[in-house]
Amino acid sequence: MKLLLKIWRQKDAKSPGKMVEYPIDGVEGDMSFLEMLDVLNMQLVEKGEDPVVFDHDCREGICGSCSLMINGEPHGPDRLITTCQLHMRKFSDGDTIVIEPFRATAFPVIKDLMVDRSSFDRIQQAGGYISVNTSGNTVDANAIPIEKEAADDAFNAAACIGCGACVAACKNASAMLFTSAKVSQFALLPQGRVEATERVLNMVRQMDLEGFGNCTNTGACEIECPKGISLENIARMNREYLMAATKG
Amino acid sequence: MSGFASSSIARKVVMALSGLFLVLFLLLHVTINFTSVVSPDTFNTMSHFMGYNGIVQFIMQPILIAGVIVHFVMGFVLEVRNSKARAVKYVQYKGSANAPWVSRNMIISGLVILAFLGLHFYDFWVHEIAYKYVEANPQDPTRYYAETVEKFEPFWRTAIYVVSFVLLALHLWHGFASSFQSMGLNNKYSPGIRNFTRLYAIVVPLLFIFIALYHHFNPITH
Repeated sequence: MKLLLKIWRQKDAKSPGKMVEYPIDGVEGDMSFLEMLDVLNMQLVEKGEDPVVFDHDCREGICGSCSLMINGEPHGPDRLITTCQLHMRKFSDGDTIVIEPFRATAFPVIKDLMVDRSSFDRIQQAGGYISVNTSGNTVDANAIPIEKEAADDAFNAAACIGCGACVAACKNASAMLFTSAKVSQFALLPQGRVEATERVLNMVRQMDLEGFGNCTNTGACEIECPKGISLENIARMNREYLMAATKG
Repeated sequence: MSGFASSSIARKVVMALSGLFLVLFLLLHVTINFTSVVSPDTFNTMSHFMGYNGIVQFIMQPILIAGVIVHFVMGFVLEVRNSKARAVKYVQYKGSANAPWVSRNMIISGLVILAFLGLHFYDFWVHEIAYKYVEANPQDPTRYYAETVEKFEPFWRTAIYVVSFVLLALHLWHGFASSFQSMGLNNKYSPGIRNFTRLYAIVVPLLFIFIALYHHFNPITH
């Protein structure tokens, strides 16, 4: 199929960017979206032009590296998949596809379609862990019985791959779905309750410091999340935060 | 507690609590207004009580005005921060793919309601203050019904009220249910709460619209 790609090109974080048009031919339905971009880049390299920079790693929907805004939606028009799992059969011959980076002040563009998502790392570092002595005498996590419902909810929250689609989809560039998933995966388990108070206070403080927007409960993040992280996690984080604030 | 008051979650809770307070007030307001349709005497009695009772005038009314101000000011504060959170906007952003219009445009419905409140305050509150405290008129427990009906005589004012109530319905449609989520309430009761809030968002503004239209089409003949 023949397509017209409109791609955001930006030299670096300080330079202004612009949309550049690239006609592309010979795209097959079985190609993944990233493979289609590989084909484009090969053509650009052969012509002596700069290839389009984009993030990718595992290419099987696990690592959370790929991060493209495709036709106004993070990870494209499909649901519960990442960009690398999006196939070109979702598009038709003659389509125009607009490709932009995930846009947020807290996700500065590194180059072209690649953004710096280390703000997520700093939120995680602020409390997204449990302090366990790992010097050889670690207690087996399964030694503490956990009710099925809590274990399932914690596991579902832990499925977040930190891709940033929630921020990209949110009209306010809010990171509350990501942060709440990381808070929830520990808050629901007894091992995580020990540091629950400091965790939620520190992670929310870091989230605010990074310059993300406020959640206005539109639910866009939940719809666009490739791992189906639920809005219930945001409500849980709000509860945890309010309880933690009254404690200390 | 350090940083709690300025945190994004605390601000959302302030929005939610002030919003719920205003939702409760709307229920009281529409109940009193509806008596103007069924019994002008009851409307006069209730309005006179609200207008001259010390607790209502000097405690409840300032709390209500404070609630309105807090809700609007915090709404603008959040809007400014949210705008800064995406300094470079998307060339193409398909908001309709994942969120309804009402939830994405609370600032628009809110601004229309704010503008309406300006007219509403001018129509009734400023008039009352002038009547009681500037002109120092004597108490007249029978004047309220006629004054209210008279306000809805002009078509333009009735039309503005009707349009504003439609925007109020849209604002409540998202905001009322959203306030529970902001306060951390999302559980098995949430679908029921959402249904109730959406029913409220339709019925209360619809009653306000009915009252405005009723008085417009049933003027007092002299």
